[in-house]
Amino acid sequence: MTGQTAAKASLLSCHSCGLLSRATPGHHVRAACPRCGAPLHSRKTNSVSRTWALIIAAYVFYIPANLLPVMSVTSLGKTQSDTIMSGVFYLVVHGMWPLALLIFFASVVVPMLKLIILTYLLISVQRRSHWRPVDRTRLYRITEAVGRWSMVDIYVVTILVALVKLGNLATIQAGAGAVFFAAVVVITMFAAMTFDPRLIWDVMENEHE
Amino acid sequence: MGQNTLIACHECDLLHRVRPIEDGAVARCVRCGAVLYRQKHNSLDRTLALTVAGLILFVVANTFPFLAFDMQGQVTQTTLITGVIDLWRQGMVGLAIVVLLTSIVVPGIQLMGLLYTLAPMKLGRVPPHLARVYRFVHALQPWGMMEVFLLGILVSVVKLAGMATIVPGLAIWSFAVLILVLAAAAASLDPRLIWERVEYR
Repeated sequence: MTGQTAAKASLLSCHSCGLLSRATPGHHVRAACPRCGAPLHSRKTNSVSRTWALIIAAYVFYIPANLLPVMSVTSLGKTQSDTIMSGVFYLVVHGMWPLALLIFFASVVVPMLKLIILTYLLISVQRRSHWRPVDRTRLYRITEAVGRWSMVDIYVVTILVALVKLGNLATIQAGAGAVFFAAVVVITMFAAMTFDPRLIWDVMENEHE
Repeated sequence: MGQNTLIACHECDLLHRVRPIEDGAVARCVRCGAVLYRQKHNSLDRTLALTVAGLILFVVANTFPFLAFDMQGQVTQTTLITGVIDLWRQGMVGLAIVVLLTSIVVPGIQLMGLLYTLAPMKLGRVPPHLARVYRFVHALQPWGMMEVFLLGILVSVVKLAGMATIVPGLAIWSFAVLILVLAAAAASLDPRLIWERVEYR
């Protein structure tokens, strides 16, 4: 029973409970899974254009996320603002290397890599690429799994804001950069969910005929 | 060929015949390697027990002191939700909502949803709207980020360590254990058990 896909067999696989149902001929009717009630579709609806829209929005937000301060410390009347990168530099200067690496990885490398990988996957699907589908699927799986860890910087800001409230001595304010950064993380998570990895494989299918 | 004995890979759509596998074993897609299903040992009982433990820890984590910040005798006491409230007061409403949802609301709803699903099943009953409730719990999965929050706590503590004394409260320990319990609950739950109970319409 190998070698055939559900789509080829006119079967729809429910994305929520996994039940296979027979595709009805008039496929423009919105079908629901007979078991769990989730909307049924052979592939995620408009996966490529929706993912593109989200990715482009994320690229746009990525710029203010990195340029604007994520938080500012006010101490004795003086205010010092930190962007994501200057926060990393602060840690390096103070000798906190492991922490600097962690934040650099979670806040800079992961979001950038995620955007690049999703962009590449979209282009490869649109160009009907046959190149290493297993590895591309794996790339997608990793992207989907690691995205959440970028939120760590947002939580650090939240915790610092809560803890450092010493009146004139020191207070910490969240900055606009944090809003854009959180938006990038949330939008790229949606983008990863909207992308349908089965599109990578559909090209291989149609070629055999 | 019954449709129930077949399953499609959710990542590449290849059809596979469902075969019984040993406890603890994993069935993977032969083409792309995605996990198709896992056979869990005593799935229902274990997940239910972990869910109940999780709910108790959740209440403790949200009510008891979380972190205290002690700088030359000037002490700031916080609970889990303090940061959210402060962000809100600073006008960062969107940010406050994202943090509130991902660190408190989503894990809470997931735990209650699991209890609602599993407790009646343990007694041999099917709760009303089972499919809808479990589908919702399943869809929330990526948005509970307590483990990322815990990493955020560690980073903050190290950052502030040179400047003041940080006193961990009871809530932080239950928060840490809650993450382990949630992960164990997710790992021990076999969704197929739930879907098998759902009546076809």
